[in-house]
Amino acid sequence: MAMHQSRLARNIWLGIENLLLHKLRSFLTMLGVVFGVGSVVAMLAVGEGASKEALRNIQKLGSNNIIINSVKALEDASSSTQMSMMSMYGLTYLDYQRISESFPNIQQVAPAKLIRKDSRIGSNTLELRIVGTTEQWFDLVPRQVLAGRVFEKKDVDDFSAVAVLTEYGARKLLATKNTIGQSVKIGGDSFEVIGIIKSEAGQAGNLQIPDQQVDAYIPLSTVRKYSGDIFVKITSGNFTIESVELHQIIAQVNSIDNVESTAAGIERMLQSFHKKKDYEVSVPLALLKEAEATKRRFNIVLGSIASISLLVGGIGIMNIMLASVTERTREIGIRRAIGAKRRQIIVQFLIETVVLSTIGGIVGLIMGITIPTIITYFAGMPTVITLQSILLPLFISVAIGIIFGLYPAINAARVDPIIALRHE
Amino acid sequence: MADIVRFDNIHKIYEMGAEPVRALDGVSISFQKGSFWAIMGPSGSGKSTMMNLLGCLDRPTSGRYFLEDKDVSTLDDDALSDIRLRYIGFIFQSFNLIPQLTVQKNIELPLYYLGWDAEKSAKKAQELAAKVGLETRLNHRPSELSGGQMQRVAVARSLAANPHIILADEPTGNLDSHTGNQIMDILTGLNKEGTTIIMITHEPDIASFAHNRLHMKDGLVERIEKN
Repeated sequence: MAMHQSRLARNIWLGIENLLLHKLRSFLTMLGVVFGVGSVVAMLAVGEGASKEALRNIQKLGSNNIIINSVKALEDASSSTQMSMMSMYGLTYLDYQRISESFPNIQQVAPAKLIRKDSRIGSNTLELRIVGTTEQWFDLVPRQVLAGRVFEKKDVDDFSAVAVLTEYGARKLLATKNTIGQSVKIGGDSFEVIGIIKSEAGQAGNLQIPDQQVDAYIPLSTVRKYSGDIFVKITSGNFTIESVELHQIIAQVNSIDNVESTAAGIERMLQSFHKKKDYEVSVPLALLKEAEATKRRFNIVLGSIASISLLVGGIGIMNIMLASVTERTREIGIRRAIGAKRRQIIVQFLIETVVLSTIGGIVGLIMGITIPTIITYFAGMPTVITLQSILLPLFISVAIGIIFGLYPAINAARVDPIIALRHE
Repeated sequence: MADIVRFDNIHKIYEMGAEPVRALDGVSISFQKGSFWAIMGPSGSGKSTMMNLLGCLDRPTSGRYFLEDKDVSTLDDDALSDIRLRYIGFIFQSFNLIPQLTVQKNIELPLYYLGWDAEKSAKKAQELAAKVGLETRLNHRPSELSGGQMQRVAVARSLAANPHIILADEPTGNLDSHTGNQIMDILTGLNKEGTTIIMITHEPDIASFAHNRLHMKDGLVERIEKN
């Protein structure tokens, strides 16, 4: 085995020496594979980066979650030009109760009432989005607790005037002061700040991530007590009165396999209780699947482009190797006369081709890793280089060497030594 | 002494165009171990065909070829390659060295196919280079050598695998008479050490180095002369 290995090493070295005899030609021959592999690696990195980011955003929504939002029904929206028309729409406390109780696959449900209000601590003001919810929210939209605590069932039951702020909101309102235990004025009412959590913001597909940077989480019972369910909005001279009980309900399903059937069940149930379609059921899992399907399509397109460029590279290599075999007919004749078997001639030329394509693959890999790094640096686009995106092109370049080197090598082995030795 | 080579009614017919060419038309001859033969004859007499068959580069159309009592006339390509590697050393008129390899690597070539390791091969190549007076040229490429030096490399290469027969095809054809004689001295020395040498030549001076002369004509043995 050791002898065999050293033979392989000598064969590889012989191949490198032969390629070095024609440096420019070898370099030009390699270019096809260099660009083929380089573009595969670069495109995989960009594609992987984009889909990783999409997946991360979707995961923030929770892949086991179903998100139901209140929306203004269409016929309502059109009639809103009429003044002083009170529109009642959206999810109700009853919906929340029904969803909580009638689906065995649902583990937890968090309701949310969303109101924007100016808030103030001392002289710092900021418009906050009040999220009136229950303690379940923090399980369904898990975020890191930076200080203090999030509220509990007891706070909801006791109508406690407590608020959990986000890192962003806390910084805006309180600057560097020790926040926990301070009181924050929201609307006209005072709340005790009991905790600060991290927040995420952004979009995943066409879905809004449930939390925002300017959130203040307050027990739902407290919000109802202080604010009621009727909001008056004044927009450019018009004012509308809206009555919305709940803006959002997030339901967590016990298993990922039950998400879609449960979502369909909720949809059917809401349909039977609501006259208008003033709600919208969204499933992050569906987005996840869509993102994965997009990624697959993207990979197929990439794969086709890459295989064409690699095919062209391979044909270039084959062309040069065929020319090289003709050029070295005499050498082949000498080797055969001395006692080389056909198989040994095939191996010699095959190794030369594989060495050529593999060096091309390595150069292309370096190029393909450099380009995404530059893209990330200048364009701020995320790129991800996985082990797979390194190994696959290397494997492909070796395979190209074998596939496109085989025919020239067999041609070389077919050379008749008697004729070859007379060849000038 | 035992026969090292025996041709038994060998025919070689090339089907080219309408008329088949009878390159060898029933040759029966045997060469003894340790002998030194010169094969002579005008072009088209069949001496090159004879050489290709002797060197196991080709198979006869009919007849039997015994090499050290082993019938090699029907062996397949791989087996013939192996016979060439282990039994036969070739020396050509145009040297036939591999241009991109150094003198040492050229000499080592048969050892590579025999599967010798690099260290052992290098040692053997150095010995052989010394034997032909080229120990200082081991790292030169053939293009940096004179014709006589190139042919000496070829002789060293032909000896690497300790062959039983050396086949030399016009070994002095591309050399001036002085360097030609040097090569013949080396071959004579090898023959004295016991190697069988079969040489094609059309020069009577060169043929006179051999013990026996075989004259070919029209694919047949015309006559045999002893020196």
